[in-house]
Amino acid sequence: MTNHWIDIGNSDCILVMGSNAAANHPISMKWVMKAREHGAKLISVDPRFTRTSAVADYYTALRSGSDIAFLGGMINYILENKKYHKEYVANYTNAAFILGDKYDFSQGLFAGYDPKKRAYDKSLWAFKRDSKGIPQKDATLENPRTVLQLLKKHFARYTPEKVSEITGTPQEELKTVYEMYASTGTKDRAGTIMYAMGWTQHTVGVQNIRSMAIIQLLLGNIGIPGGGVNALRGESNVQGSTDHCILFHIWPGYLKTPRASSATLDDYNKKFTPKASDPLSANWWGNYPKYSVSLLKSFFGDKATKDNGFGYSWLPKLDDGQNCSWLNLFDSMYNGNIKGFFAWGQNPACSGANSNKVRKSLAKLDWLVNVNIFDNETGSFWKGPGMDPKKIKTEVFMLPCAASMEKEGSITNSGRWAQWRYKACNPPGDARPDGDILTELMLKLREMYKKEGGKFPTPILNLKWDYVNDKGEFDSHKMAKEINGYFLADVEIKGKKFKKGDLVPSFAFLKADGTTSSANWLYCNSYTGKGNMMARRNKPDPTGLGLFSEWAWCWPVNRRILYNRASVDLAGNPWNAKRPLIKWNGKKWVGDVPDGGWPPMTNKEKTKYPFIMKPEGFANVFGPGLNDGPFPEHYEPLECPVPENAMSKQFVNPTIKIFKGEMDKHFTCDPRYPIVGTTYRVTEHWQTGLMTRWQPWLVEAEPQIFVEMSEDLAKLRGITNGEKVKVTSARGEVECTAMVTTRFRPFKMGKLTVHQVGLPWCFGWVAPKDGGDSANLLTPSVGDPNTMIPETKAFMVNVQKLKGGA
Amino acid sequence: MSGYSILVDTSKCTACRGCQVACKEWNQLPGTATKNTGSHENPKDLSSDTYKIVRFTEGSGAKGNAFWHFFTEQCRQCLSPGCMSEVENDEIVIDEKTGAVVYTPKTKDLNFKATVEGCPYNIPRRNPKTKVLAKCTFCNDRIKTGMLPACVKACPTGAMTFGKREEILAAAAKRVSELKKTFPKAVALNPDDVRVIYILKDDPKTYWKYASGK
Repeated sequence: MTNHWIDIGNSDCILVMGSNAAANHPISMKWVMKAREHGAKLISVDPRFTRTSAVADYYTALRSGSDIAFLGGMINYILENKKYHKEYVANYTNAAFILGDKYDFSQGLFAGYDPKKRAYDKSLWAFKRDSKGIPQKDATLENPRTVLQLLKKHFARYTPEKVSEITGTPQEELKTVYEMYASTGTKDRAGTIMYAMGWTQHTVGVQNIRSMAIIQLLLGNIGIPGGGVNALRGESNVQGSTDHCILFHIWPGYLKTPRASSATLDDYNKKFTPKASDPLSANWWGNYPKYSVSLLKSFFGDKATKDNGFGYSWLPKLDDGQNCSWLNLFDSMYNGNIKGFFAWGQNPACSGANSNKVRKSLAKLDWLVNVNIFDNETGSFWKGPGMDPKKIKTEVFMLPCAASMEKEGSITNSGRWAQWRYKACNPPGDARPDGDILTELMLKLREMYKKEGGKFPTPILNLKWDYVNDKGEFDSHKMAKEINGYFLADVEIKGKKFKKGDLVPSFAFLKADGTTSSANWLYCNSYTGKGNMMARRNKPDPTGLGLFSEWAWCWPVNRRILYNRASVDLAGNPWNAKRPLIKWNGKKWVGDVPDGGWPPMTNKEKTKYPFIMKPEGFANVFGPGLNDGPFPEHYEPLECPVPENAMSKQFVNPTIKIFKGEMDKHFTCDPRYPIVGTTYRVTEHWQTGLMTRWQPWLVEAEPQIFVEMSEDLAKLRGITNGEKVKVTSARGEVECTAMVTTRFRPFKMGKLTVHQVGLPWCFGWVAPKDGGDSANLLTPSVGDPNTMIPETKAFMVNVQKLKGGA
Repeated sequence: MSGYSILVDTSKCTACRGCQVACKEWNQLPGTATKNTGSHENPKDLSSDTYKIVRFTEGSGAKGNAFWHFFTEQCRQCLSPGCMSEVENDEIVIDEKTGAVVYTPKTKDLNFKATVEGCPYNIPRRNPKTKVLAKCTFCNDRIKTGMLPACVKACPTGAMTFGKREEILAAAAKRVSELKKTFPKAVALNPDDVRVIYILKDDPKTYWKYASGK
């Protein structure tokens, strides 16, 4: 979230699209209801009429996989009817930038596409720059090569007729949503988006969100209370685990994983430290070496010295172009290239797209360590449906771990708030906290490397590991302080003196010379000389906007709303005087922690542009960094119900990777699989249901897998409500209870009528006994070209009565 | 002596069923064996193991648009309880302080059929083994010690609130008049007769067959 949960209450128009907040983020609705007390409108856009739709002011449906068309139509509406916030757009976004001569778009492809590599040469998307290297701008936004004019041209193609044909949403309903939401383009109104996996899990996932980011920038909704682009994270601490680099391509704090071509620390820092030509750009990532060196100092302590590149050479490097995300990992495992696997706090046998492939992959392993609080379909895969235990060689170890309430530590919510929580009780039996399991594993490995040597013992032997207490137990306070970072020498910075061993007060004090450590620069300021900021529980709210700046702590440096310097005009006065987030009082900013203390833009000498994380200092309406284009464009899902893309000759996203193995079948427009399928969660079960399927009250409320379908489709298939049916895709089948409902309706797409069904992925064969299995047995293993997140929200299925009836 | 009331503003209910589960948790009631029969509603009925269920009712409105109504069903804690028609020996008593309609173990001696028939909302159920009658307790044990009823405490959206009866009556009247601007049929159900007062946006029959009484 750029904003945070409580801030939803400040909004005037809340769009819930690509999520079902009422079902999956029930408490968020507290703040939605709060917003409605001051007249806010709630819009629900979903293929299915959901629990969110049930309380919405306005609901309309779209076919799964057509979000860019829907939102592209909204961009067109905003531009055509001049609903955008011109002053904001011209001054804070790159809409005024002028594109170079090589940028072009035709036939569904951007300039620079190489069909052999299935990739773009992005250098063709560059801005025109002056002699100093600063992008050329036209503040009037009239030049036909400005981003705004090219945006207008691009999205003029998304006419209501075209959009309706693709989405299946009636034109008048599109218009109603566009009008309602675009009303937040005025200075005194804020609009927000609550999205989740309904947008990300597509082959155009990133561009779905880009479309909304463009809308929010056009309407001046970024940086303001009640606005923002708000991802509702699917797990209570998924924000925290992402911040601390659970993904392969990043180090903690969104530093980049090094590549083999960056042989030295200097190469690495040079490669990832952006340069700004414009002196008014703060270019915050210019501080990159301070953060990377402080991280290395945290890893290796005294062993990391300037002379040995702070131990950079001891860390593993990815090959250039190598992608180790989920789908690639499991493809590699399926092909026998991975021998051992820690499934830690996860259940891939149910959560992984194309679960049959995942389950078969597990059988190719030599060993599998399942760290979890309950037995699950992953640890017990060898005795699951269709498996012959006698033929499976994988040795499985189960390590029971402590549940969240059985250990102390921090948890970072969607709104970036890191909140400290205390231990309520001891874990049962042999179960131990993850930190203790990791510590024992680490110490044992080190002992073995010491005794037996090995191919490359240096990194393990040199790793600093002093996160245990006197009893040898993992100490979460020690780890939290390590994450914040220490001064490693007596230093004076910005006129302040610090002693060796002091906690660093904020990342502005981190150094690239080895005198500071920080295991995550983004969390520097979370545990300081003043104490554990995450454990704070004070409730003052001086702005009245629900920032609660003394409750817990949020990154970065306790800034509750990101890009907040865009919430004011050029003189530093809030766009909306009734919701002043920050304000320049002539000497300094008051309110939320500002995005830097520089004076407002009217001070042309000392100011900095508000979007400080961007090298140029401007928010990207034109986003030249993504793999599949600088503007969003509608492409059909890899499996779809239509014979062609109504927008262009380019059928699917041209840059996606398509796996071609025996387990990766995809059928589009195939009469055997004529129905659009999608997956979702339910309130009563959490993720794969691992934690909730053992809970009798929750199983009682939502006991078995179901498939929701329209009355029309049920009639076509001769299915009655409540009977057992089989849902099949090119990859698998699942038996379900039919839930025939008026809440799903067929889509009228031009002359075509398209049916859609949906089913939850929270069930599994281990428990409860007759609960059914996971919907992910049906979903395809194909991903977004930027993130590789699988396209589990739009694929093709069939639904039939179960032979012999229920 | 006016006691307490619960306001259930169904216009804010998202059917998260936190109240249904919280009720079981506080009252230490077991999860019962259920099946999906083509609806999210489960368990299918109130029982001596279930004092509260969220009813899900869906359909198409006048313009063909879908609606989905949620009605978290529980004992209304009537001011003059119909279920007491057979009471002779304090089998059912009213807590003078809170207003809770309390079923005592002596309800095993009551005529069950007549008791249910006396209830306009079809609430009382009988434990098949002990024959004791059961229903929502108004969390009388909690409210007497200053705690909120378990269901109210669990509600994340503000759909359920608890307070002194006169305050709740005022809040109900205010909310209905607000809702009427958008939903002309908005109504508070039998506020003068019951302590658990529901606010609906539409015809009660589109929520639950016994929403406003038999």
